[in-house]
Amino acid sequence: MSWLMQKVSVLLFLAWVSFLFYAGIALFTSGFLLTRLELTNQSSCQEPPGPGSLPWGSQGKPGACWMPSRFSRVVLVLIDALRFDFAQPQRSRVPGEPPVSVPFLGKLGSLQRILETQPHHARLYQSQVDPPTTTMQRLKALTTGSLPTFIDAGSNFASHAIVEDNLIKQLTSAGRRIVFMGDDTWKDLFPGAFSQAFFFSSFNVRDLHTVDNGILEHLYPTMDSGEWDVLIAHFLGVDHCGHKHGPNHPEMAKKLSQMDQVIQGLIERLENDTLLVVAGDHGMTMNGDHGGDSELEVSAALFLYSPTALFSTVPPEEPEVIPQVSLVPTLALLLGLPIPFGNIGEVMAELFSGGSDSHPQASALAQVSALHINAQQVSRFLHTYSAATQDLQVKELHQLQKLFTKASASYQQLLQNPQEAEASLRTLTAELQQFLRGARAICIESWARFSLVRMAGGAALLAAACFLCLLASQLAVSPGFLFRPSLLIPVAWGLTWAMLYAGLLVTIGSKVDLVVLGAVAATGSLLPFLWKVWVSWGSSRPLVPLLPVPRPVLLLLLIRLATFFSDSFVVAEARATPFLLGSLILFLVAHLHWEGQLLPPKLLTISRLGSSAPTGPPRYSGTYALRLGIGLLLCTRLAGLFHRCPEETPACHSSPWLSPLASMVGGQAKNLWYGACVGALVALLVIVRLWLRRYGNLKSPEPPVLFVRWGLPLMVLGTAAYWALASGADEAPPRLRALVAGASVVLPRAVVGLAALGLMLLLWRPVAVLVKAGAGASRTRTILTPFSGPPTCQADLDYVVPQIYRHMQEEFQGRLERTKSQGPVTVAAYQLGSVYSAAMVTALILLAFPLLLLHVERVSLVFLLLFLQSFLLLHLLAAGTSVATTGPFIVLWQAVSAWALLATQTFYSTGHQPVFSAIHWHAAFVGFPEGHGSSTWLPALLVGANTFASHILFAVGCPLLLLWPFLCESQGPRKRQQLPGSEAEARASPEEEQEEPLMEMRLRDAPHHFNAALLQLGLKYLFVLGVQILACALAASILRRHLMVWKVFAPKFIFEAIGFIVSSVGLLLGIALVMRVDGAVSSWFRRLVLAQQR
Amino acid sequence: MKDTDIKRLLYSNLLCIFSVFLSIFIPSLFLDNFSILETHLTWLCTCSASVTGVNLLLHLVVKPNVSSRRSSLSHKVTRVLKCCIYFLLSCFFLHIIFVLYGAPLIELVLETFLFAVILSTFTTIPCLCLLGPNLKAWLRVFSRNGVTSIWENSLQITTISSFIGAWLGAFPIPLDWERPWQVWPISCTLGATFGYVAGLVSSPLWIYWNRKQLTYKSN
Repeated sequence: MSWLMQKVSVLLFLAWVSFLFYAGIALFTSGFLLTRLELTNQSSCQEPPGPGSLPWGSQGKPGACWMPSRFSRVVLVLIDALRFDFAQPQRSRVPGEPPVSVPFLGKLGSLQRILETQPHHARLYQSQVDPPTTTMQRLKALTTGSLPTFIDAGSNFASHAIVEDNLIKQLTSAGRRIVFMGDDTWKDLFPGAFSQAFFFSSFNVRDLHTVDNGILEHLYPTMDSGEWDVLIAHFLGVDHCGHKHGPNHPEMAKKLSQMDQVIQGLIERLENDTLLVVAGDHGMTMNGDHGGDSELEVSAALFLYSPTALFSTVPPEEPEVIPQVSLVPTLALLLGLPIPFGNIGEVMAELFSGGSDSHPQASALAQVSALHINAQQVSRFLHTYSAATQDLQVKELHQLQKLFTKASASYQQLLQNPQEAEASLRTLTAELQQFLRGARAICIESWARFSLVRMAGGAALLAAACFLCLLASQLAVSPGFLFRPSLLIPVAWGLTWAMLYAGLLVTIGSKVDLVVLGAVAATGSLLPFLWKVWVSWGSSRPLVPLLPVPRPVLLLLLIRLATFFSDSFVVAEARATPFLLGSLILFLVAHLHWEGQLLPPKLLTISRLGSSAPTGPPRYSGTYALRLGIGLLLCTRLAGLFHRCPEETPACHSSPWLSPLASMVGGQAKNLWYGACVGALVALLVIVRLWLRRYGNLKSPEPPVLFVRWGLPLMVLGTAAYWALASGADEAPPRLRALVAGASVVLPRAVVGLAALGLMLLLWRPVAVLVKAGAGASRTRTILTPFSGPPTCQADLDYVVPQIYRHMQEEFQGRLERTKSQGPVTVAAYQLGSVYSAAMVTALILLAFPLLLLHVERVSLVFLLLFLQSFLLLHLLAAGTSVATTGPFIVLWQAVSAWALLATQTFYSTGHQPVFSAIHWHAAFVGFPEGHGSSTWLPALLVGANTFASHILFAVGCPLLLLWPFLCESQGPRKRQQLPGSEAEARASPEEEQEEPLMEMRLRDAPHHFNAALLQLGLKYLFVLGVQILACALAASILRRHLMVWKVFAPKFIFEAIGFIVSSVGLLLGIALVMRVDGAVSSWFRRLVLAQQR
Repeated sequence: MKDTDIKRLLYSNLLCIFSVFLSIFIPSLFLDNFSILETHLTWLCTCSASVTGVNLLLHLVVKPNVSSRRSSLSHKVTRVLKCCIYFLLSCFFLHIIFVLYGAPLIELVLETFLFAVILSTFTTIPCLCLLGPNLKAWLRVFSRNGVTSIWENSLQITTISSFIGAWLGAFPIPLDWERPWQVWPISCTLGATFGYVAGLVSSPLWIYWNRKQLTYKSN
C-alpha cells in the first residue's frame, strides 16, 4: 500500500509543519501576553499597613479598623455599561435651541434632582475605567482595587474565583452580611461569600429583562427586611440593550427610565447610616459594544448619595474625573474595613471631610489621614510585590519610596503638632497624592512588560518555519523527493531533543514548561531539515532555487506584510485587502495579455495569432479574462459594502446591513430584506446545483448526490424559516410564543444535523459517478484479456487500473475518429473528470450553511458573493495555468496569495474586525436561545466558528486551486470552437454526449505527482499564512511600546494566530477529503474491474 | 535607430515635463490663491489641458508615426471624432475601475472623475496621438516584444509608470498623518503625475542604456 503510505506521509508532513508554527506562536505568545502575579496576602484589622499610631486611636473602638466607620451599611447598585453620559441631563448644545433628542440622554432624572436639591449629600463622578472593559475584569478591579491584565480578557465566560484580597473577602471576615442579586458572574468570582444571593444568568445578551426583573422582585423586600449590611444589585439590562440594539434605540430609553425608578425607590428607602453607590462598570461604543479602550468605553458613571451630609462643598459644574479603582479604598475606609492588600487605587479624600458642618481644619486633617493610610497600604503592597518578583522598575520604585518616607515624616510631625498651618496640610496632601499616582503608574507600566528572549525565540522559530515551507514547497515537486525520509528523520531528531530536554529538567528537578518543550522539539526537528537543504546547496546541483516566488507577487506579499507594521493600516485592513486583491486580479489579467496568452478580442480582426506565445497556444479570449477580472472586482466591491467600522475611525459609518433583521423598525423594508436574504440562499443553492449539473455530477444515484438534490433545499428551507422566526420573534402573538421558542431551538439544530449527515454521506460514498454500461461490453473484455485470470494481489491491481484509463483514453480518441452515430460506448463513466472538485464543492456548501446560520441574516448575501468570487477567481487563475499533462503539477504562487487575500477580505466583509469588542457573541445563542448553562466549550466553538468562518471555508477549499485548471481543461477548446452565441446552448444541453477530456483524471494518472502537488499546495498556503503571522509577531514585538499595542497590534496578533490554527486544521481536512475521494475512486475502479471479469 | 532619434525623444519628453510644470505656474498668474492642494480641481483641469495641448503639438510637429497614407478630410474628421470618443470612454472606464477599487460611489464624484480624466490624459492621449484610435495597435504595444519603435517603447514605459504612480498614490490615504494631500484623490493624482514625469525622464535614458540590445521589428 505504498500510495496510502504516501498520502499519510503528505498529511503528516503538513501536520508537522503546522506544529512548527504552533510551537513558534506559543513561544511568542508566552513572552508577549503577560500575566500579573497575583499575591494572596490579606489585609487585616489587627495589622495596620504601616508603623506609627493610627489617628484617633481608633483601634480600640468597636466597628473600626484602620479608620472609624462612617457608614454601617451600603447599597451598591451596579448598572452594567452605564456610560457616563447616560447619567447626564438632556442639554442643548447651543443655548436657546431645544435639546437634541437622544434616547439615552436625560433619562436618569432622579440623579439630577438629588444633585440640585441636596448638593452636600450627593455627587456624580466620571469614573475612568482601565481597559480591558469586559465585565469580569471590571468586577475584579472594583473589588480588589488592582489592574487585571490583558490575558484575562479571554476568560470572560469561564471566570474563576478571585484569589487576591478584595472587598467582599474583607466584608465577610468582618462578619457583615452581604446580599447579592443579579449577574451570576459574581457566583464564580466570590463563591460562597454571600449570606443571601439571587443569581441570574448573564450569558444571554439578547434577553433584556430577566435579570433586571429578577432583581426587582427581590430588591425592595430584602431592603425592607433589614437583614443585610451590604446589598449589591448588578443590573444587566442596559448592557444587553446596548449589545442588542445599540445606545440609540428607544429600548435604551425605556431601560434607563426603569433604572431611574429603581434609584428613586432606593433613595426613598435609605436610612441615615446607609450609603448608596450607583456605578457603571464600563461604558459602551456607538454600537453598544465594549471590551476595548476607546473614550466611550472607558468612561462610566459613578454616583454617591447618603441621607447624611457627605461633602463640605457643593458639586463642581463639570463632574470630576476619577479612576474607577478609587472606589475600593474609599468604600473600605468608609465602612471601617482594611483596604484590600493589592489595592492601588487612591482614596477619594473629600468623602472624609465629615459633612458640611465640620471645622475646615479638622476635615482637612481627616482627609490627609485617609490618604496616608491609603499610601501606607500601597507602599506595603509595592514592597511585598517587588520582593516576590522583579517586575517593578527599581529606580522609580526607589524614588517613590523616598517620596513616601518624606510624606510620612511630615505626617507624623503634623500629628504631633495639629495646629500647623494650612499650607503644610496642602503640600502633604499633594505629596501623598503624587505618591499614590506614581505607584499606580509604575504598576501599569510594569504589568505590560515582555519577555524579550521568548519573543525573539518565537519569532525566529516562525521565520524558520516559513523558510522551511518555502524550501519544501520547491522540494516537493522536484523529482528526487522522498516523502518518508524527509519527514521521519527530522521528527525523530525533534523527539530526541525533546526527550533529552525533558529528561534534563526532570533530573535537575525543575518544572517542565510545555511551551519551551514544544519549542525545543520544533527547533530540533527543523535544523536537520534545513541542514540537509544547506548541504545540497553546497553540492553542484542545488535542490531548490533561492527565491521561487515571482517578483510581482513577492512585491505584493511584501506590501501586505509591511502593512502589519502600521496601526493605521491594520485598522484600515478592511479596505486595504480588497485593494490589494483587486491589484492582484488586474495584474493577473494584464500579465496574461502581456505574455500573449490571450486571444485578441473578437471585435478586432484577428491578424496576429498567438503563435509567439511561449507556453502553448492561447486558450481564452482577452474579453473573457477581462470580464472575469471586472466581475471579481465588482463582487469584491459589493462585499466591501458590508463593512464594520473599527472604533479608531470615528468618521467611518458601519454598514447598517450587519445588524440583525430583528433590530429593524420598518415593516416593509424588513420584509424586502428578508426576501433578499432568502433569495441569496436560493441563489447559492441554484449556483451549486447548476455547477454540479454542468459537470454532470447531478445524475448519479449515489447518496451524496441525492442529498445535494433533496437535502440542500431542505436546509435552505430550514434556514429561511429560522430567520423568519428570529427576525419577527418579538412580534409573535403571545399564544404562539412557545411554538416560536421551540422552533428557534429545533430549526438551527436540524440544519446543522442535516449538514453533518450530508458530510457523512459524502465521506462514505464520495464518488459521484454515473456509470453507463452499454451494449458494446465486449470491447472492454478485449482490453482485459492481456491479464490472465482475475487480479489476485495489489500489484496486479496497480497494473490493471492504469490500463483501464489507457483504455478509456483510447476509447475516447476512437470515438473522436469515428462518427458519433456509431452507438454508445461500453463504460461511459461520466463526471469522472470532476470527481474531486465535485466532492470539494459539495463539502464547501455543506459547511457554508451552518456557518451562515451563525451570522446575521443579511450576511447571506456576502456568502453568495464569496462563492461567486472564488468561482471567478478560480476561473481566472485557471486561465493563467497551463495544464501539465503528466506532471509535475504546480500550483502558482499568485493563486495561493490571491486565495489568502480573499479569505482575509471575507473575514472583514462578514462583519468582523480583529478586536475583542467586535466578536459576535450572539452566535453562541443560535440554537441555544436560553444559553448554555455551565458549559463553555460549546459557546466558544460557536463564536469561534462565526469569527473564523471565512478562514475555515477558504482553507478547506484550498485544494480547488490545484483541481480547477484541470476542470477548465474541458472549456478551453470549446471556447475556441464555439461562438459566444452557442455557448448557452452547450450549457443547456450538457447531457449531450461530447468528447470527454481527461480533466482531473490526469491527476490520478500520476499519483506520485498528485500527492506532491497536494503537499506543495499545503506548504504554499501555510507559507502565505505563516509570513502573515510572522509579520504580526514582529510588529507586536518591535512596536511593543507603541501607543496602540494593546488596542491594535496585540488583538491583531491573537486573531491572526487563532486564524492560522483554524486555517491549518481546515487545510489538513480539505486535503484529507481529496485523498479520501482518491481512495474511493481507486476502490471504485477495483470493483469495476472485478465486475467486468465475472 | 540613431542617437538623433533618442535625442528627439528626449527633447519632446522634456517638453511634456515642461507642460506639467507650466500647469503649476501659469494659473497662479491669473488666479488668486491658486495652489495645487487647495484648488486641486482647477489644477487638474489646467494640467490635463496643458499636457493634452503639448502632446497634440508634438504629434503635429514631430510626427513620430509617419503613416503618411493619403487621407481625405472626412477620414480625418472621423478620426478626430473617434479619438474624442475613445478619450471619453477611457475616462469612464477608469472612473469605474476606481470605484471598483474602493473609491466612494456617490460622494466626490467630480473629484474621482477628474482623476480619471488626468490619468487618461497621461495614458490615453499619448496612445491616441501615437497610435491613433486603433485598439489592435494598443494591445500590441502593451505586450511582450510588441513595440516597434523607440516612440512606442517610450509610450509603453510612460503609461505603465503613470498607472503604477497612481496605484502607489493610494497607499498614504489610510495613514493618520492628517496631511492635506492624503485626501482622496489628491495623493493618487500626484502619484500619477510623478509617475508620468518619472516615465518621461527615464524612458529616453533607459532606451539609451539598452540601445545595443534593442532591436525593433519593422512593421
